[in-house]
Amino acid sequence: MKRLRGIKLSHRKNTENCATEDLPLPETVRIPMAMTMGRPCTPLVKTGDYVKVGQKIGDTEEVFAAPVHSGVSGTVRSVSDMRTVSGAVCKMVEIETDGRQEVSEEVKPPVITDKESFIKAVRESGACGLGGAGFPTHMKLSPKENIDTIIINGAECEPYITADYREMIECPDDVIGGIRLLKDMLGIDRAILAIEANKPAAIKNFREMADGDDSIDILKLPSVYPQGAEKVIIYNATGRIVREGELPSAQGVIVINVSTAAFIYRYTRTGMPLVERRLTVDGNAVGEPKNVRAVIGTPLRGILEYCGTDLEHLRKLIGGGPMMGISIPDIDLPVLKTSNALLALDRFDERETSACIRCGRCVRVCPLGLMPCDIDRAYKTRDIKELRKLKVNLCMNCGSCTYICPANRKLAETNQLAKALIPRNK
Amino acid sequence: MNKLVVSPSPHDENYTKTSDIMRDVLIALTPALAAATYIFGIRALLLTIVCIAGCIATEYICRRLMKRPNTIGDLSAAVTGMILAFNLPVTLPLPIALLGSFIAIAVVKQLFGGLGQNFANPAITARIVLMVSFPAQMTRWALPFYYNEPSDVMTGPTPLVTRSATYINLLLGKTTGCLGETCAAALMLGGLYLIIRRVISPAAPLSFIGVLAALSAIAGEDPLYQILAGGVMLGAFFMATDYATTPVTTKGKLIFGAGCGIITFVIRNYGSYPEGVSFSILLMNILTPFIEQLTRSRVFGAKEAADR
Repeated sequence: MKRLRGIKLSHRKNTENCATEDLPLPETVRIPMAMTMGRPCTPLVKTGDYVKVGQKIGDTEEVFAAPVHSGVSGTVRSVSDMRTVSGAVCKMVEIETDGRQEVSEEVKPPVITDKESFIKAVRESGACGLGGAGFPTHMKLSPKENIDTIIINGAECEPYITADYREMIECPDDVIGGIRLLKDMLGIDRAILAIEANKPAAIKNFREMADGDDSIDILKLPSVYPQGAEKVIIYNATGRIVREGELPSAQGVIVINVSTAAFIYRYTRTGMPLVERRLTVDGNAVGEPKNVRAVIGTPLRGILEYCGTDLEHLRKLIGGGPMMGISIPDIDLPVLKTSNALLALDRFDERETSACIRCGRCVRVCPLGLMPCDIDRAYKTRDIKELRKLKVNLCMNCGSCTYICPANRKLAETNQLAKALIPRNK
Repeated sequence: MNKLVVSPSPHDENYTKTSDIMRDVLIALTPALAAATYIFGIRALLLTIVCIAGCIATEYICRRLMKRPNTIGDLSAAVTGMILAFNLPVTLPLPIALLGSFIAIAVVKQLFGGLGQNFANPAITARIVLMVSFPAQMTRWALPFYYNEPSDVMTGPTPLVTRSATYINLLLGKTTGCLGETCAAALMLGGLYLIIRRVISPAAPLSFIGVLAALSAIAGEDPLYQILAGGVMLGAFFMATDYATTPVTTKGKLIFGAGCGIITFVIRNYGSYPEGVSFSILLMNILTPFIEQLTRSRVFGAKEAADR
């Protein structure tokens, strides 16, 4: 089958054999009320309250949101404003841990009888896309259209990150259980677990586990970036094209991250909501690259210190992978639900941007066939008509164009700026 | 601790720079330069060095006068100089070669905004200006190995006029012509290197050479002779693949190459010049913006023409 193009990156999966280590409980956790896409939550606790593990501490009436839970037991120190890495301001609950890790009475397996109660349970779990995008999971599960295929995204195409891989290696039963659960509860016939070829152990294991089950395909995809991008993986796994302005459900597909699927399965068993997650800690400033399981809200400083990071020479901190991750300005910011990796770099030697030579490399690497060099030109003259024609609105900011550009032009960034120029409602 | 750097993603980069690409082009041109020096003597090397130096100096002075960052480090001026020299007869007086360098860099490249902004190939345009301005000097074709002769420079007509060179001499470059264009084998070797290094796409050269061969065959000419003689190899691999002045998409490159093939064929067979490669590339350079408009890549999942 024809597949979308991509670029070959050096994998640097240094932590693929690092079993997940539980991070020691921090003294305080700082839990933001806005960690997922959608609306922020309102804090349900106030200063001085005693909270327990798994207790809901933030929620909202809005549907497009995921509630927030505490991962520690202890006393609320403050409820204040914080600035997230995206620049927005949201409420944040700071909890001083008491180390007892007393589990809340709220934590009990949800009663699931039908699709509706399942989706409600998923919302209550606080689940969101754990691959980094943070789309509230329950929002994906109730589309108007008829869904015939669910894709479980285990591509993990970004360099360094092995968090999803470790989920697949350490909790394969949860992964398969999650796939079956989602399939059965939503009445979907076919599931595809799509994994990049650079994870042969996971592919082999799942093929054995799904042997005899025709409804689960284990699909090996080439290791090219951005294989795990939603539109790309849908096309490469099913040949279906998600058109401009459509959600995957319009093509009868839902895509769920592999760690998210495993989490939902565990939640239905234990009732413990999303209060901790696995993240890969790597980068050249990190002494011992590791996979750690951290309570959401843990200050990044603690994680960096645990992994022997040279904080003295830290120059750049990235939340996520090197291609789409976000620069973090402060090491005291907390781990989020979406933090799949933390990269600490001791160097930042950016070369100067020079003139576009029109070599066409950006066009060659764009998985969607956009022309970043032309968008760059049109943006310079603020030519909105031309930008519309060039379909800049479809750019998913995978960064391949900037990565490949010999003149080091910030093409992906320009695409985002150009998008913002185009009036929304047209 | 230092202040943390905050920058937009991606945080990783490919380490191929503009100067690496230009260096690859210089490397690819080296076999042809070696062949030229062997065939036409040390003066071929001298002329090439003069053109390169002239181009670099012009670029430096232009950027200085315009108070813009110095760009000689990207090596694009050196590439222009080398290709310009390849398009000149070996006997050309050095001042004329320097004038060519000035035209290529100052007029064709920097006046339009520098690297990537020029709409016409600097080396080709400079060559055409010189050809029109100094027709006698620009068509004084030295015979191969003329430097071994004790008497005056021996000259003769090009193989496109005589139509009597052997294939092997055309391949090895033992014919008259511009100093860098005669040795087809060395140029193909260089072109192959650039294709393997993915510096150029084979689309434009293949369609250029293919269309020219096909049309020549239809017209009753010897297609192999037509593509080996004259400047076809130099033009197809090194000038019809210039980034700034040719289309970006593969479809566009194919159209560009085909256009070059057609125009070269027409000029050679029906025009008053024996050779038409330079004109064909310049004319197609001018058409490039229109070709680009018509050959934009298809965007995955886009609603076609929704906003037009």
